[in-house]
Amino acid sequence: MHKFANPAQFLRLARPLTPVLFWSGLLLALGACAWGLTMTPAERLQGETVKIIFVHVPSAWLGMGGWVGIAIASIIQLVWRHPLAGISARAIAVPGAVFAALCLATGSIWGRPAWGTWWVWDGRLTSMLILFFMYLGYIALASASSEKGNVSRVAAVFGIVGAINIPIINRSVVWWESQHQKASITLGGSSIDGAYLWPLLVSFLGFGLLYGAIVLMRMRTALADIRIEARMRRLAED
Amino acid sequence: MDHGTFITAAYTITGLALGWLVLSSMIAMKRSEALAKDLTARKDGDPQ
Repeated sequence: MHKFANPAQFLRLARPLTPVLFWSGLLLALGACAWGLTMTPAERLQGETVKIIFVHVPSAWLGMGGWVGIAIASIIQLVWRHPLAGISARAIAVPGAVFAALCLATGSIWGRPAWGTWWVWDGRLTSMLILFFMYLGYIALASASSEKGNVSRVAAVFGIVGAINIPIINRSVVWWESQHQKASITLGGSSIDGAYLWPLLVSFLGFGLLYGAIVLMRMRTALADIRIEARMRRLAED
Repeated sequence: MDHGTFITAAYTITGLALGWLVLSSMIAMKRSEALAKDLTARKDGDPQ
């Protein structure tokens, strides 16, 4: 890991990896959505709207996973002072916020025919909304307090402390009465029928690879911006 | 209730949001890397 904390080493790996992640993620995500939309049966109670699961659940997992990534990168930044850790945390934030917003939007669209309402203030929906606002707060804090392309310690501490919301989201359907169903997929197994489970897992993999490609693009942008700033300063001095 | 409308809305929003995210990230990356390369070449080619 220390080897890839070097920006030059990182770029040597990231340049060929970006298109690989992008194209494989795009093909898998599109394929899984087509599979889910055309080849899965309607659910007994929810009918065809269950097919929203193939975009809603990956968005939820990636929205939460993004914050876990920010927290891990922030710990690495504070403890080992890796130069790329803060840059990666910042690169994770915007796509993470988009996935959290997509989870809320697609969930609301799914909720209208399934529950008869667009929104309820229950534990799961409210804690997910809080996660989205935390992403906005992190992005604002990291942008306002960046230090040589890296995020400040204040933003890193916020990234670590904010991770407390992730287990709250996960356990919210157990701790509080909720319109939202209990967890269908856990480490112990799945209660979802295989007809839905496999396209869902492929969809998650596809969107996850796309997320990875977007993070690499944003990290490369940040590193190029640092180089531009340094060159401009040197040109001005000459 | 027409379920197709809800499904179409969910997939359209996802496609638009991710399309914007990918395009904006890709354009920003290409623009910054091109400018950084240009400045490096200018510096290297500078006789002083």
